[in-house]
Amino acid sequence: MSIRLEPEKCIGCGRCADVCPGNLLVLEAGRAQLRDARDCWGCTACVKACPRAAICYTLEASLGGAGGRLYAEDRQETLTWVLRLADGEEQRITVEKHQANDY
Amino acid sequence: MNRREDCADVLIIGGGAAGCYAALTLAEERPELSVLLVDKAGIERSGCLAAGVNALNAYITPGHTPEEYAAYAAQDAAGIARGDLLLTMSKRLNEVTRRMEMLGLVILKDADGRYAARGWRNLKINGENIKPLLAAAVRRAANVRVLEHVDIVDLLKAEDGRIAGAWGIDLRQDAVVYLRARAVLCATGGAAGLYRPNHPGAARHAMWYSPFNTGAGYAMGLRAGAEMTSFEMRFIALRCKDTIAPTGTLAQGVGAPQVNARGKRYQAAYGNTTSERLYAVVSENLAGRGPCFLATHGITEAQERSLERSYLNMAPAQTMRWRETGRGPRTADVEVEGTEPYIVGGHTASGYWVDTARQTTVPGLFAAGDVAGGCPQKYVTGAFAEGAYAAESAARYAASHPLPEPTENVAKVQVRVERLREQSSRPSLYDVDALEEAMQQVMDEDAGGISTAYRYTERQLGAAAQHIARLTRLSEDLRAADAYGLLKIYELRERLLVCRVLIAHQQARRETRWHCFAENLDHPKQDERFEKYVNSRLRDGRVEIILRDLVGEGERYEHTFRA
Ligand SMILES: Cc1cc2nc3c(=O)[nH]c(=O)nc-3n(C[C@H](O)[C@H](O)[C@H](O)COP(=O)(O)OP(=O)(O)OC[C@H]3O[C@@H](n4cnc5c(N)ncnc54)[C@H](O)[C@@H]3O)c2cc1C
Ligand code: SF4
Ligand code: SF4
Repeated sequence: MSIRLEPEKCIGCGRCADVCPGNLLVLEAGRAQLRDARDCWGCTACVKACPRAAICYTLEASLGGAGGRLYAEDRQETLTWVLRLADGEEQRITVEKHQANDY
Repeated sequence: MNRREDCADVLIIGGGAAGCYAALTLAEERPELSVLLVDKAGIERSGCLAAGVNALNAYITPGHTPEEYAAYAAQDAAGIARGDLLLTMSKRLNEVTRRMEMLGLVILKDADGRYAARGWRNLKINGENIKPLLAAAVRRAANVRVLEHVDIVDLLKAEDGRIAGAWGIDLRQDAVVYLRARAVLCATGGAAGLYRPNHPGAARHAMWYSPFNTGAGYAMGLRAGAEMTSFEMRFIALRCKDTIAPTGTLAQGVGAPQVNARGKRYQAAYGNTTSERLYAVVSENLAGRGPCFLATHGITEAQERSLERSYLNMAPAQTMRWRETGRGPRTADVEVEGTEPYIVGGHTASGYWVDTARQTTVPGLFAAGDVAGGCPQKYVTGAFAEGAYAAESAARYAASHPLPEPTENVAKVQVRVERLREQSSRPSLYDVDALEEAMQQVMDEDAGGISTAYRYTERQLGAAAQHIARLTRLSEDLRAADAYGLLKIYELRERLLVCRVLIAHQQARRETRWHCFAENLDHPKQDERFEKYVNSRLRDGRVEIILRDLVGEGERYEHTFRA
């Protein structure tokens, strides 16, 4: 399970490095870098923390991944997940923060 | 390397569920005490709660009692649990839940404003932000200072055996951090990464338990002479295949039955404790009737959409998998599998041997959450409850004891650390990764991992012990170039020590009390001679096993030493 960094979008704010529970993200030359993709837990803390959608979550090939990228837009009231499938199709799912899970 | 020293009345190691709640308790009840909370990562998302949780798994719903919960948990553990710890924990579950709601946790309510339960002991929530809520509250506490990105390596003790503090490595400042305290509360969580995971390689950390909880608290406690209990009661989770996402949401949430590859419901033949549910899947697979599924096929569209959102709030991989394959739970059943084994005192009973004050056998050292033993099925609310007890006890202790002088001074610690940064006279042939992989393979093949369907023989355990001893020797030659490299070495050493003690526990329990969790093929049945706790401690470098009598319902265990 892992994430992918999109360095061209990164502004080097360091939010991702602050929240990674495994200290896996570091800033180098003003850009975020992942120390070792194999060590990522896939918790998506960095994905949600990034203000520039410069990090996406991906399913590894061994976990059934099919090339899609999952981004998050964390707002005051909502958390919107943006899934970009390998063929370019985009799907959005918005979760209201004040709403509990039905299950 | 740099050096930094600090001092507090109460030092909390680990700012996860238990550690943060302990800090909040001290902020509210003991504002006159100075508290230092240290975590190896940033507390906003550190520990098990990083991605969010799906429900509050431990809550006493109307019409039920703490006694019932304690009895249920003890029965699920086939009697090897501490009645006194379970009952005290259960009594605080509802109080901590109310507090979390006040901090902003969204809990589902019915039309009358009462919490909506899932079964008789679960509450439905939106747990995505549970950790940021806790962290924000801790940061507001006036008497709590937070040290982040500092990995604690070892405890400090005084000449008379009392706790005196702890030391670690500041991963960002490349510094040795030396912390003195009157009382110490250990809340570092359990241990993952001991066994070969479901997906070695590119997805090696796609595991259930946090791979960053490496058993540090167990290891430092063992090295300080603390007694541990029930390591042999491993925890193995039953999860959605590949994504390792929780199954309870499907089973309890939409009532999906468990079926084998032939569509037969198999569970009733195996019993329904936590270990029996896993054993059922393992047995069906071995009998050629696998794989097993949660039969979600045919749920409504609304249910499917709702499930997608629930999983995004705790395990986004599952929703992504559904969307990517184009086959959601409405059209395809969800396959399940067992994970690799973990040591985790919040689910099973492994951890520090504590009294009802949550004090360990090292005076002045307290433990709470997954690192504390004897009290299974505590989950997140139970970790909060234990954090509260441990904090109150640590505060009482700190208020009545002067600041002790550690036997090891900061200069000595620094020399010890810096030695790992120098070129070795015997440069290692191996690196941390190679030794970790070897350790996981040994545990997998010889100490009951996935590849043996969690089973082991005494002969295999003997081999595992020898390999772990060899790998431990090899780990002594490892050297690091920077602070993160040091962290990796320390984490490996913690895991190796936990493995060593775990194997000794497996060897000591010569019965099979729980399928899968401790499946001893030489002794395949329960044996009443083992209606005992298997405890251990390190003594002169050796693992000493202690069998202790059970503490049943209505009884209480207290330490006999004078603190
Ligand atoms: C994926 C997952 C999902 C879960 N879902 C639920 C759920 O839905 N409902 C529920 O009730 N329970 C759930 N649980 C259980 C619950 O999360 C745990 O019981 C609880 O978090 C345990 O609290 P803890 O404080 O002991 O450990 P953690 O919360 O993991 O905290 C341990 C802390 O110690 C820090 N640490 C570790 N080593 C060191 C060191 N050497 N130095 C400094 N700091 C260190 C870590 O960074 C971490 O912050 C879940 C657990 C997992 C893993
Ligand atoms: S997904 Fe989690 S573990 Fe992986 S890099 Fe991001 S924050 Fe770290
Ligand atoms: S949070 Fe995003 S923008 Fe900020 S450093 Fe990380 S990747 Fe770059």
